[in-house]
Amino acid sequence: MTTPLLDIKNLHVRLEDDPAVEILHGVDLRIMPGEVHSIMGPNGSGKSTLAQVLAGKEDYEITEGTIAFQGEDITELGPDERANAGLFLAFQYPVEIPGVSAMQFLKAAVNAKRVAEGKDELDAAQLLKHFREKATQINVPYEMLKRNVNEGFSGGEKKRFEIFQMAVLGSVLGILDETDSGLDIDALRIVSEGVNSMRSADHGFLLITHYNRLLEYIVPDHVHILVKGKIVKSGGKEVAHELEQTGYAPFGVHEPVGA
Amino acid sequence: MTLATEPHKLDAVIDTSRDIPECQSWLNPFRDAGREAFNRLGWPDRRNESWRFTNLDALKATNFVSAVDDADISANTVGGFAIPELDDVTLVFVNGRFREDLSDAPDKLANKLGTNVTCCRLTEAICQHRESIEPFIGKLTADPDDVFTALSNASVEDGVFIRVPRGVTVDTPVHILSIATETDEPVATHPRNVIVAEEGAHVTVLEHYVTTSDDAVYLNNAVTEVFADAEAVVHHYLLEKESESAFNVSSLFAHLAEHADVHSHTVLLGGKLVRNNVLPTLAGPRAHCLINGLYVGHGDQHLDNAMRVNHAAPDCDSRQFYKGILNDQSRGVFTGRIIVDQVAQRTDAVQSNRNMLLSDDARVNARPQLEIYADDVKCTHGCTTGAVDPENVFYFMSRGLSEDVARAMLIYAFAAEGFGRMELAPVRQLLAAEMIAKLPKAQGLSIEV
Ligand SMILES: Nc1ncnc2c1ncn2[C@@H]1O[C@H](COP(=O)(O)OP(=O)(O)OP(=O)(O)O)[C@@H](O)[C@H]1O
Ligand SMILES: [Mg+2]
Repeated sequence: MTTPLLDIKNLHVRLEDDPAVEILHGVDLRIMPGEVHSIMGPNGSGKSTLAQVLAGKEDYEITEGTIAFQGEDITELGPDERANAGLFLAFQYPVEIPGVSAMQFLKAAVNAKRVAEGKDELDAAQLLKHFREKATQINVPYEMLKRNVNEGFSGGEKKRFEIFQMAVLGSVLGILDETDSGLDIDALRIVSEGVNSMRSADHGFLLITHYNRLLEYIVPDHVHILVKGKIVKSGGKEVAHELEQTGYAPFGVHEPVGA
Repeated sequence: MTLATEPHKLDAVIDTSRDIPECQSWLNPFRDAGREAFNRLGWPDRRNESWRFTNLDALKATNFVSAVDDADISANTVGGFAIPELDDVTLVFVNGRFREDLSDAPDKLANKLGTNVTCCRLTEAICQHRESIEPFIGKLTADPDDVFTALSNASVEDGVFIRVPRGVTVDTPVHILSIATETDEPVATHPRNVIVAEEGAHVTVLEHYVTTSDDAVYLNNAVTEVFADAEAVVHHYLLEKESESAFNVSSLFAHLAEHADVHSHTVLLGGKLVRNNVLPTLAGPRAHCLINGLYVGHGDQHLDNAMRVNHAAPDCDSRQFYKGILNDQSRGVFTGRIIVDQVAQRTDAVQSNRNMLLSDDARVNARPQLEIYADDVKCTHGCTTGAVDPENVFYFMSRGLSEDVARAMLIYAFAAEGFGRMELAPVRQLLAAEMIAKLPKAQGLSIEV
């Protein structure tokens, strides 16, 4: 039997600072190697919270349930340990860090992962070669690496840089939080091609999106609808099509899809 | 040389008679006036606005001597304080005394700086080039309102005199390296540098304070006077890495004539108690002054920065950018005084002070003080104090960096902007490395600047 890449069981999450606020009320989700899943849901339904909890953000407290990554419980691991185990979160809002070049940042990140894996660090020449290959694969300008992390990047550039980072780190699970938002059609195509180029029998993706549009480029195996902190419907890619017709009304939410 | 035989507080030390060579006696009236000013001003207490956040009790209680014998220090040790990759000329002082044996020889100076440039120890200028230095020395400090300036006037000892003639660009920076060693008794020294850039001249000077021992107790009360004539460009660096048991008061006075450009870069890393005064007067129209600084404290270091930027002519710009990074129980002070005289119309003054506190016990006192007497003035100022942004730490950790490395990189990033303004790449690199070495748990972090 294959081990799931990600196995979330009955996940309840509340705010660390305000325990009265529970955001996720029992989420179940299993992603097998090679699968692409999508989560859709109205604003405020808890999609980013789920993504951040998976990445290890400390603002949230898990009160019930488990998260297993490649068969290991990761709830006690720090964000760095999860990243080095192969989990990657592409942020909805990547932060700008003036003063650190993208190059320095990624060199440190790649070598941190190698050290965690018990491998030798790459030297400068090996790193540059690796970055060049990935820049070509993901179709991002190599010059981006010379700029400071996300500083002054356009919305589209930030999203492309996130995908590039995932490729550079060679993560096996990519959680993409609204990576498509704010992209024009060309950028969407480039980002999608980048993601598709990483799809393989052992990679998995969780695409958080409001738009069926993305799912036409990166075709998901499973689509889940998250409403008010619970998955209310799961199915194949047809679920996304239906949602486009009906909106969230059948789930008791009156808000246009894609808001 | 005078060696104190009995305990001497600083006030008493300046009154001890010295063997001042006859050739320096023309400066005695200036020294005497300094002594009078010192007695008149007295030590500042808390009611003195300029010293409100800095307590001098420990300094006042220390027994100082005014000089010690030449320390035994090897050329190798001195070489260790060189700035890697920097092609400079170096004048070395050990415990305040000029060390010809450790400094670059006059022919190297002439070779690197040009034969028409004067660069020598201050006492040599006082004794042999009186006509050259007399119009300048003490001119910016003659009427002191601060007790340390008065003390310096009273105690002019040695230092460096640099004069760059009209239109000459000196490419090689002058590195004034002051090394403190452990001495039997704390020594108080009063280095004074006088830098004269004539019309259109360019020069870069580094004042560099280091020690061979973090246990060494001493006072360096340094005064530098910069005269930038019309169109002159002077870049001044203060790299302070004193013993963490020592006192350092550094005062940079600058006089900017028409369209002169003075850059002051300061990095405070060492010292138990440091007071850094930057006091430019923009005296000619269209002068420009950049005041760039970083103070990095840990332990119980106290790092006080007092700016006084005087706009005394129209159409001048001043830019102050100071950042503080404070850990443990250290304390930072930033006072940004800007005085815009009535004549100084169309002044454009910017002041920014940002602080990062790395621990709950670190503290900073930041205050702008604007005195504006002209009506057509652009003056912006802002200060912020915060911790390392947890969202940024999370972002870096989510890429696999440990919390320590993530924080160190972010702290470094905070400081990097200030390094970026420094023209000399080797200085940037050295400072970056030294700053990283001071950050908690940042070992192994390598950053290129
Ligand atoms: N750190 C936090 N502090 C306070 N409230 C929070 C925090 N994180 C999430 N919430 C709240 O939890 C709910 C879910 O937020 P979340 O960001 O997960 O929604 P989302 O589904 O990603 O929405 P969107 O589609 O707008 O991105 C919202 O009501 C949000 O305000
Ligand atoms: Mg969201």
